[in-house]
Amino acid sequence: MSVLIYVNHNNDKIKKSTFETALYARKVAEMTNTNEVIAVSLGTISDSSLSVLGNYGVTKVLSDTNPLFDQFDAAVHSKALAKASQEVGAKTIVLSQNSNGKAIAPRLSIRLQAGLVAGATELPTILGNNFTVRKSVFSGKAFADIGILTPIKIVSLNPNSYPVVKGEGTAPVEAFNSGVTASDVKVRVKEVKTLTDSVPLPEAELVVSAGRGMKGPENWGMIEDLAQALGAATACSRPVADVHWRPHHEHVGQTGITIRPNLYIAIGISGAIQHLAGVNNSKVIVVINKDPEAPFFKAADYGIVGDAFEIIPKLTKAVKAFKAQNG
Amino acid sequence: MLVCISKTPDTTAKIAFTNNNSTFDTNGVTFIMNPTDEWYALVRAIEIKEQLGSGTVTVINVGPKENESIVIQKALAIGADNAVRIDATPDDAHFVAAQIAAHAESENYDIIFTGKETIDYNGSSIGGMVAELLNLPYISLANSLQLINTTTAAATREIEGGVEELEVDFPFVISAQKGMAEQRIPNMRGIMSARSKPITVLPPKAVTEFTAIIAYELPPARTQVKLIDPEHPEELIRLLHEQAKVI
Repeated sequence: MSVLIYVNHNNDKIKKSTFETALYARKVAEMTNTNEVIAVSLGTISDSSLSVLGNYGVTKVLSDTNPLFDQFDAAVHSKALAKASQEVGAKTIVLSQNSNGKAIAPRLSIRLQAGLVAGATELPTILGNNFTVRKSVFSGKAFADIGILTPIKIVSLNPNSYPVVKGEGTAPVEAFNSGVTASDVKVRVKEVKTLTDSVPLPEAELVVSAGRGMKGPENWGMIEDLAQALGAATACSRPVADVHWRPHHEHVGQTGITIRPNLYIAIGISGAIQHLAGVNNSKVIVVINKDPEAPFFKAADYGIVGDAFEIIPKLTKAVKAFKAQNG
Repeated sequence: MLVCISKTPDTTAKIAFTNNNSTFDTNGVTFIMNPTDEWYALVRAIEIKEQLGSGTVTVINVGPKENESIVIQKALAIGADNAVRIDATPDDAHFVAAQIAAHAESENYDIIFTGKETIDYNGSSIGGMVAELLNLPYISLANSLQLINTTTAAATREIEGGVEELEVDFPFVISAQKGMAEQRIPNMRGIMSARSKPITVLPPKAVTEFTAIIAYELPPARTQVKLIDPEHPEELIRLLHEQAKVI
């Protein structure tokens, strides 16, 4: 009996989403009367980088440093993860619903004949044999409680859904041989291109987003200044990406990416339902728009009605003053 | 090529529940083909067929008879050649994936497409499950797909803060998202010809469901927006720090 997590790492660094899954798994372990949270790491990473998982409730790390894993193929990762799960007798497996998790979790579900809740937002409710997990449905417009009916359960946790609090402890790292060989690799990664130097949008806790109200790409300087002052990622609405004012990877909304940051500041975005579908799970929404009738104000926690071109520089100044004071 | 298409409520549909919050209230709801299935997966499959000047695009849907008029006819009008409908209620991802895999097993498709995710259950699970059931490679969240030659395709896949450029040999499963293709509006000729295209209806295979929906809940309404004086944006910063505690 144990709870297993999958480690997301890059350049010898563990991603924040993994700390979320570790703490979530720790809680599930307590709820299911087991002490063991085992993290499985695949690919090149040092033991010292992995042992910090002990700070987040992990009791043991299994690491297969075979460099085959460094180029992502969901089939290979899920095969190795299934093997580790079977060896340790994991009853619950927790992944992050990010680009890798979305590819691995469904494959793992078939391999282990284990029910999957993809996009979980809360801890499970466990009553006897009933294991129910809440997830976001209808593009953020509702929640559904999904019962997992199989003996092994897989939970793929939405990023930014579980708080990260660093604790104490180190986790022993053991070598793990997943038995994966080069012939298992079917998807050949030719190149990985980085599109942003700052925090990737899906992982950002603070996001500054702007739309057609900015009138043209030449006016994005003030948006970037505000984002930089806050330490936020930048995003945009669909029309802005469609006319190439901003790159497509910044487009949030139904056909773009879905984000759930702690703070979403929408500037000059009216708040069409398709846009809201991508952001309405954000914890706090601020809307700045000169049209007091903009529908986005109905979904906002805080609003400023006025001209963005006047407000944004003042806001950036206020952020800098705040940062200077609060370090 | 096989394209998996799903029926979802229209983007602007009002979401409500009945039967003590156990059932989605379809009263007054318009249904559509799931946007990423239609705009990206289906259109890219049709484009590839046009480019090659040969090949077949089959669409598959797991759902009741009404889905023929709601989603299947439209897919045929956009340019799919034929359709398969598995006559069952799609309640569980494993159930749906197993139906699709059971059909695909004997058909030797070169590419199986899905959309990135449905806009109702947002699981992003069917493609990966079908791939595992058929023991095929899987490319998730792809925003482009090009054929290199008769055995190999190139794709790009979106990851956090970047893109991966990949190659994979046929057959494979791919989930499509923005960038893959542009939406196509069916023309009159397409709509007319759709009527004569074949729809094969198959009974479902017996499959164990892995999950069950217990109940739904609407999120608490956001409290009314607090408006801040545009002359004093520093007040916003104070509230975000002291009240909302997000900075």
